Amino acid sequence: MGRIQLKSVTKSFGDVEVIPPLDLTIGDGEFTVFVGPSGCGKSTLLRLIAGLEDITSGSIDIDGADATDVPPAKRGLAMVFQSYALYPHMTVRKNIAFPLRMAKLDQAEIDKRVEGAASVLNLTDYLDRRPGQLSGGQRQRVAIGRAIVREPAAFLFDEPLSNLDAALRVGMRLEISELHERLATTMIYVTHDQVEAMTMADKIVVLQAGVIEQVGSPLELYRTPRNLFVAGFIGSPKMNFIEGPEAAKHGAQTIGIRPEHITVSETDGEWSGVVSVSEHLGSDTFFHVQETGLAETITVRADGEVGFRHGDRINMTPRADVIHRFDAKGLRIE
Amino acid sequence: MATQHSRSVARLMMAPAVVLLLGWMLVPLTMTLYFSFKKYLPLRGGDLGWVGFDNYVRFVSSSSFWPAVQATLVIVGGVLVITVVLGILLAMLLDQPMWGQGVVRILVIAPFFVMPTVSALVWKNMFMDPVNGLLAHLWRFFGAEPISWLSEASMTSIIMIVSWQWLPFATLILLTAIQSLDSEQLEAAEMDGAPVLKRFYHIVLPHLSRAITIVILIQTIFLLSIFAEIFVTTGGAFGTRTLTYLIFQRVLESQNVGLGSAGGVYAIILANIVAIFLMRIVGKNLDA
Repeated sequence: MGRIQLKSVTKSFGDVEVIPPLDLTIGDGEFTVFVGPSGCGKSTLLRLIAGLEDITSGSIDIDGADATDVPPAKRGLAMVFQSYALYPHMTVRKNIAFPLRMAKLDQAEIDKRVEGAASVLNLTDYLDRRPGQLSGGQRQRVAIGRAIVREPAAFLFDEPLSNLDAALRVGMRLEISELHERLATTMIYVTHDQVEAMTMADKIVVLQAGVIEQVGSPLELYRTPRNLFVAGFIGSPKMNFIEGPEAAKHGAQTIGIRPEHITVSETDGEWSGVVSVSEHLGSDTFFHVQETGLAETITVRADGEVGFRHGDRINMTPRADVIHRFDAKGLRIE
Repeated sequence: MATQHSRSVARLMMAPAVVLLLGWMLVPLTMTLYFSFKKYLPLRGGDLGWVGFDNYVRFVSSSSFWPAVQATLVIVGGVLVITVVLGILLAMLLDQPMWGQGVVRILVIAPFFVMPTVSALVWKNMFMDPVNGLLAHLWRFFGAEPISWLSEASMTSIIMIVSWQWLPFATLILLTAIQSLDSEQLEAAEMDGAPVLKRFYHIVLPHLSRAITIVILIQTIFLLSIFAEIFVTTGGAFGTRTLTYLIFQRVLESQNVGLGSAGGVYAIILANIVAIFLMRIVGKNLDA
């Protein structure tokens, strides 16, 4: 009920082509995350799907029917905006009921659906307040409530958590994931935060400059990034890239090794270097190692109890089976 | 860094301005109050002593009082409706991205810089003149008999002139309000299935409500005292005698300072009632 297919979609603003021809299929019930650095065209892509921007060429199919020229309201999609875009002069109840009133549903049905959405989202006590009297998380839930009452074919989220503080963001992330489990509706979620992408997605679409770099499940992207960009974007802290003779030893232009795939030791190892900064997170410790002769800085993730400090010389050993190799064009070598 | 010392210096420095402004307000106010309780006819015996509330009673019971109130209300109401409605439409138009936006905006604001006397004269002689006016030419072009605006449609003419002057003000305030509307709200409403007119009614209009209130109140205060437009065009004839004009006639044409002053005090009370509402709304706006 929520299969969305983009066929050679392009978008230009004047002479600037922000999205070169792009094909993408989003399956029914899938939680798809568009992720990429700012300005990569992910929000534009979402707005094209929503119908808030017209596509320059190509077509968009929703549930097999051509929706290219269908106005936003008729596409059966609901969107949650970054600023939530709640109507400030209406109470929470009226905000959530607005799409239903516009659809001219009868009052009893509207009340039923609003109450239903409010109880799902724990908003029952706040129905008669205005958005201005709510906290960020509550506003976010109202925005989601306004989307779910319409029972859309798919939900579109445009960086919905970027205005929340860190603790709330983790909570809302879980709530949205739970909502997806319960509703099993197609969801498209735009974010620049790869942690959100990894934790929530069924399928991640990595974008750069309007081009899809890779599509796949979070673990696929983590295990087999197709190129240097995806390798560097997915995973936190970032993958280490090493060029030169060390890479040549593996028959590649560049090799990549994730910080969590390097073991540290005081006594022996393949590489050695001096700790410049050590970040103790409690559960983990990140070492930023310099003077390795490999790259400017090598990041290493170790157990939280490993207690090297600034200036200590340490030895590192990469796990040979998880070294990623890339050729001169930055593409993965299998 | 407001120490006790710097605060007292600040007060000292501000004192001349405050005293001047206070005097500027208090002297005429006191004189108006003083004369309103006197029988004072400059050309017919001068100061003829205290008469209590006689002037107040006479001003209200005069046969021209209620028509004047009516004329005032019609002008104020008519101008408010025209400027607010057209102001909203113009503001939305000017909010659209277009070529030469800056120049167009300045042109729209321009009428506000023209002095009331000048604009009334221009309208009277260049547009509304039944022989040589542009409107007369237009009427004749379509084969119609030109209207002598200021005598046959005097009220309409004055409302037109004053609206033309105040439309830029309304447009400007409403434009800034429209520009502060979050475009995501409109997009959200669009996705929620609201067509253009419903988006205007449910989103834009409520967003503008405070700005509209401010436009209405500020304009009301100034429109209650319009004078030049009437003086230059109809001279208060053809049913265009407003309260302000009536006061002017009582003082200068009837040479009855006491009676005019009493009318002035009524006008002060009226303007202050509006001002109180304005202060409360603007104050609330600043708090929010």
